[in-house]
Amino acid sequence: MFGYILRRLLIAIPVLFGVTVINFIIMRMAPGNPIDMLVSPKLPDAAREAKAIELGLNDPVYLQYWNWLKNLVMHGDLGYSMYTSEPVVSMILERMGPTLILMGTALVLGLLIAIPLGILSATKQYSKLDYIFVTGSFLGISIPNFFLGLILVYVFAVQLSWLPSGGMKEVGGDGGFGTLLVHMILPIIVLVANVAGRNIRYVRSSMLEILGQDYLRTARAKGLKELFVVNRHALRNALIPIVTIIGLEIPILFGGAVVIEQIFSWPGIGQLTLSSIMNRDYSTLMGLNLVAAFVVIAANILTDIVYAFVDPRIRKSYVGGAK
Amino acid sequence: MDTPLLTVKNVKTYYPVKTGFMNLQTSYVRAVDDVSFEIYEGETLGLVGESGCGKSTLGRTIIGLEPLTDGEILFDGKPMNFRTDRVSLSKQIQIVFQDPYSSLNPRLTIGDLLAEPLTVHNIVPRNEIQQEVTRLLQLVGLSETAKARYPHEFSGGQRQRIGIARALALRPRLIICDEPVSALDVSIQAQIMNLFKQLQRELGLTYLFIAHGLGAVKYISDRIAVMYAGKIVEMGTAEQIFKNPQHEYTKKLLGAYPIPDPTKRSILTQQ
Repeated sequence: MFGYILRRLLIAIPVLFGVTVINFIIMRMAPGNPIDMLVSPKLPDAAREAKAIELGLNDPVYLQYWNWLKNLVMHGDLGYSMYTSEPVVSMILERMGPTLILMGTALVLGLLIAIPLGILSATKQYSKLDYIFVTGSFLGISIPNFFLGLILVYVFAVQLSWLPSGGMKEVGGDGGFGTLLVHMILPIIVLVANVAGRNIRYVRSSMLEILGQDYLRTARAKGLKELFVVNRHALRNALIPIVTIIGLEIPILFGGAVVIEQIFSWPGIGQLTLSSIMNRDYSTLMGLNLVAAFVVIAANILTDIVYAFVDPRIRKSYVGGAK
Repeated sequence: MDTPLLTVKNVKTYYPVKTGFMNLQTSYVRAVDDVSFEIYEGETLGLVGESGCGKSTLGRTIIGLEPLTDGEILFDGKPMNFRTDRVSLSKQIQIVFQDPYSSLNPRLTIGDLLAEPLTVHNIVPRNEIQQEVTRLLQLVGLSETAKARYPHEFSGGQRQRIGIARALALRPRLIICDEPVSALDVSIQAQIMNLFKQLQRELGLTYLFIAHGLGAVKYISDRIAVMYAGKIVEMGTAEQIFKNPQHEYTKKLLGAYPIPDPTKRSILTQQ
């Protein structure tokens, strides 16, 4: 098992390298540059040229990449933002907290809703309850995040004035747990609708497959109570494919953050990503890309490890039969 | 031998067929249609019939895995509601399933599989469960080392032994064998059949032995019931059925039964 994890981590290094190279090239092919966003158009050309040299933008592209990589590998440094001149690392770290709070809550709440509803839907297949859940989950998947977000803002913030329309705290306020919760309600609803909608279907279909298995009949023949049959024999087997999907849910949430954080002005990674793109802030974007790639790879490795723990057949093949 | 251990009286198991726009119930599939028989303590009743004739449905109805549409089932002379008493009745009646590959939960070790019914029904005190599991494994000819292993690590014959050990765990009086050997190789079939016979001698078990071929049933049964299209068409001792079949379907079934010895084959084909 340990050797397997180590192997996966070593493979991750060339993958990360490839991702940064491709991102760097794509970024440079896009029109616009940081100077235009940074300084006044009235500035004389000589001054612009001096700024470009200072930022290293006049070097050949491969050399710029090489400098960025060298800085990262030798010093573990992601450089300074071309727009705000802050260190990229501290900018990302500062934005990480809000994103993790939002995404973590959405994932946990979404699964807490999806798993029981999915089980119920499967055990009562083709009942009215099943149809209600399946239709609800279909709606949750189908409504685009931004659309549901804007509707919620319009209804609850603009018309009813019950909830704030965005941000993490009131302007000038000092925050606090209660204010944070109030500000989280709307974005969480949007994210949970999506996460729960998607996963109800996965849980339902996975459970249906297991519920048709012969060994559940065996469990019933043993004289086990129905609840025990469903929870111990069916759910645990159904969770194996679900775990994989939950692992893939993390990168999806990370991507969804860009839209949600923009709509609700949530000061997280997604908002930083969008503003960095607008400002052509190359160095910050490289840092964000690296983080995003890392999250995806880490989620995949984590999924494989968890997979091994939920399926004793796989676990045993790693341990090598010793138990 | 006065009260039968199991009495099945006019049992019917129908499945509704729903079709059309409003899911209206239009007709029934009569899987088991008015079946009656008795099994006495210590005997083996063989139940034969072609695929789809309702013999497995009958077996599952008796232990309450399928809802009973109509009729009555008496165990030890007492009428039983097998739908509501499924949990407590599983201690008296157990079933060995046909397919040993799919009927064991792949995520539980053999030790867990066998310990589960023991814990749920409090068959033995908690601290004796491991000894009991070992005893069960030895009873079906497996070693104690099987405990820590998973079902996929065993062969078909071994798995069926585990299936039998699992059925024996609750110390039932009646075991329904739902085609327990038809998924196995012929050589393994004989081993498992012998195991059934040996267990019957040692533990005084009663069997309802379901099979689609006459060979296995002839070897193990005291009496044989022949089932066709949901009904029992003929019932008698093994000798009666083989020597003097009455019903047309029984004769056909006998004609389809291959005799491994060519010198004996001619006797049957003359009939």
